[in-house]
Amino acid sequence: MAVSRRGLLKGAAAMACSAAAHPLMTSVTFAAAPWDARLVVLILRGGMDGLDAVRPVGDPALASARPSMVRDGVPLNGFWQMHPALSGLEPLWRAEELAFAHAVSTPYRDGRSHFDGQDMLEAGTAPGMGAARDGWLNRLLQTVPGTEGRTAFAIGREELKVLAGPAEVANWSPATPFDLSPQARLLLGEIYAGDPLFAGAAAEAMELAGSIAAARETEDADPQMMEMMQAGGGAAERALAAFAAEQLRQETRIAAFSINGWDTHRDQAGPMRRALGRLAEAILTLKEGLGPVWAKTTVIAMTEFGRTVRENGTRGTDHGTGGAMVFAGGAVRGGRVMGTWPGLNEAELLDRRDLMPTGDVRAYAAWAMRDGFGLGANVLEASVFPGLRMGEDPGLLL
Amino acid sequence: MARDETIAAIRFGYGLGAPSEGSAGGLIDGLDGPDRMAAQYPVAGLSKVLSEMRSYRALDRAVKAGTDGAEAERRAGRDRLQALFTEGFGQAMARIADTPTPFRERLVWFWADHFTAVGRNLVHRGGAPTYVDEAIRPHVAGSFADMLKAVVTHPFMLIYLDQAASVGPASVVGRRRDRGLNENLAREVMELHTLGVDGGYTQDDVTELARLMTGLSMHPERGFIFRPQMAEPGNFRVMGRTYGGGDPTLAHVLAAMDDLARHPATAAHMARKLAVHFVADDPDPDLVSQIAVAWRESGGDLAHVYAALLDHPAAWAPLGGKARQPFDFVGATLRAVGARGRDISEMDPGSLRRFLARPMAGMGQPWMSARGPDGWPEAASRWITPQGLAVRITWARSVTDRLAERIGDPRAFLDRALADAASERLRWAVGAAETRAEGAALVLVSAEFNRR
Repeated sequence: MAVSRRGLLKGAAAMACSAAAHPLMTSVTFAAAPWDARLVVLILRGGMDGLDAVRPVGDPALASARPSMVRDGVPLNGFWQMHPALSGLEPLWRAEELAFAHAVSTPYRDGRSHFDGQDMLEAGTAPGMGAARDGWLNRLLQTVPGTEGRTAFAIGREELKVLAGPAEVANWSPATPFDLSPQARLLLGEIYAGDPLFAGAAAEAMELAGSIAAARETEDADPQMMEMMQAGGGAAERALAAFAAEQLRQETRIAAFSINGWDTHRDQAGPMRRALGRLAEAILTLKEGLGPVWAKTTVIAMTEFGRTVRENGTRGTDHGTGGAMVFAGGAVRGGRVMGTWPGLNEAELLDRRDLMPTGDVRAYAAWAMRDGFGLGANVLEASVFPGLRMGEDPGLLL
Repeated sequence: MARDETIAAIRFGYGLGAPSEGSAGGLIDGLDGPDRMAAQYPVAGLSKVLSEMRSYRALDRAVKAGTDGAEAERRAGRDRLQALFTEGFGQAMARIADTPTPFRERLVWFWADHFTAVGRNLVHRGGAPTYVDEAIRPHVAGSFADMLKAVVTHPFMLIYLDQAASVGPASVVGRRRDRGLNENLAREVMELHTLGVDGGYTQDDVTELARLMTGLSMHPERGFIFRPQMAEPGNFRVMGRTYGGGDPTLAHVLAAMDDLARHPATAAHMARKLAVHFVADDPDPDLVSQIAVAWRESGGDLAHVYAALLDHPAAWAPLGGKARQPFDFVGATLRAVGARGRDISEMDPGSLRRFLARPMAGMGQPWMSARGPDGWPEAASRWITPQGLAVRITWARSVTDRLAERIGDPRAFLDRALADAASERLRWAVGAAETRAEGAALVLVSAEFNRR
């Protein structure tokens, strides 16, 4: 029954595709996914220094471990302080729409390689399980019947392993001009017929380009976004976030994109300020673009590892283990820093250099999906994050 | 199945349409002799880059001091450095268009990706083409150890992976000022450049190598310099061998690089990487082990290594296992349409960006701007995405529209560009297109042309 209803509605939506963004069409878009909550996953590549983003200023060992680092910031409570580059998010903190988890990591240990660390973060697996070929968001889609090509969106020009896998996922970057004559479409279909990789990519490109252009209210959205994608200073992140919001207002339920630039080995103050600024821009652009949908939205920002507790010899930090993750959105029970604080004294560190992880980033992501999408812990622990023990409920979402 | 000549041109070169080596023997022979393309289409040397950077920094100080007119001069200085980058890209494409030995160019870009270094900002980026021409290019047919040593002593890499700022805590500078170690380059040398992430090194090896590598530094006028006063004194144990002792010298660092270059883990890591890049995303293990044996026996003599690769039947298996990355796709298109190196070389930076560099970025590969030191991914599925393919198609159509006259009959173009690698289905569709330009575009966007 459900299938035929969805099929019918999909046909109707295709016929009226220029009306897809119209507010009266929301009943159609509701039917396109088995749930209404929205999830945005931001992959922070390069290893965000959680101790600088959300600073445990109440721990007396922090100051001596990082003598040259600036200490002014946004006080969150007696113990925690937020980096000043995140000050744009302070209203969200006060509205309890912003939360952090600290001293968290993936199960990745010892190697401290960005690339293996990111692979594990996106695969959602643990060491010794063999390499997973799909990402955890894709496995989530595989466990839920009734998801469609647009239920989940991988945004940007870069690879997003977290969404890669057998379940169908949309993949596009803002500002891609693509306009073909009917004859050209037919011939492309013909020459790609023997090659599933090319046939699939071309068919999806034609479909996405057509419907995105049709849903746009103005003709100049693409050139504007194209300019933004090429500019610096957070403009590309704004374009990605605005595009994500545009899709999430329609039938998309899950969106993911990357924010780079976290590998702050040297003179950390500048690059950290810029990277956090881009993260804040992305979150604020999502909030603005989502409008009323923000109330149903959870944004999770996660990174492959934290950084060394002590600053290195060049006023930066090297690859570490424990770090922080960021939650934002109207669905989040915010205004708090979650987790168990291990302390920063040398004896409390991992290998006497890294923040000791006391929580698993996968557990927080799992609780967000349980609360938002109503997934059972058994599915999450067996399929989405095989082998994970979710542990105590942090009460992540409202 | 395509003839060996076709396979050689497509798998080990930039495709058909311009003269190339023709056979396995030709591929190896082409690496001998002078590097005519580098001489014909030169890029700026290090002294030029350094002098531009010095003058930019002086202007930057003048702007901060509030000097009148300095701002416009600083902008001009930055534009000159940006132009060095874009012109370097143009020269790279000009060499690809004209070379009779494209395997050499493929190897240059394979190794440039292996030793990925990216400008930290628009100013630093001006040195990227120089890095490739000085640290990579002279060594592609020589010894891997020499290339590794050239890379870790090149200012562009020393800045990119922070080595120039790393100071031995017990060195003269380290004791006098509050500065110390930065392990970024040391880790990537082991993880990415030599042993591989499963190569058996530990955090202690990384830290010891980082201490040993202190002193590798740069001078604003002379370029690379070893500064003993920044180098940590003492002995360092890396992968079971001891280096250093006495006064710190560059030779201690280079000795460790020589050993890492010949290590069996490096041989295995690099054998697989070469096979994956040139032959298949999931290569025949026997091919990989044949290359690794040649690496170990020759101590990383690259001509021997390539000969082992080309000697294996898997290197001549049917085409199509790999996707051309955007850089290869653009280069192959230039050769197929008969573009002349001279014309590309003479394009101004704005045109190079508009016609070639920006489309390449849209396809997912902004030139020399990989997001991390691990370089670009290899898997075909990473490149043939809806987004990436859409940009390839849009760009191919703009190329064939612009060059319709030069390209001529699309069926003849198909023969020139793909010869016996074209399928019957493609041959039929090219003849069925509405216009010549559209027919030619079908050749360029076909799976046959975008795979290798």
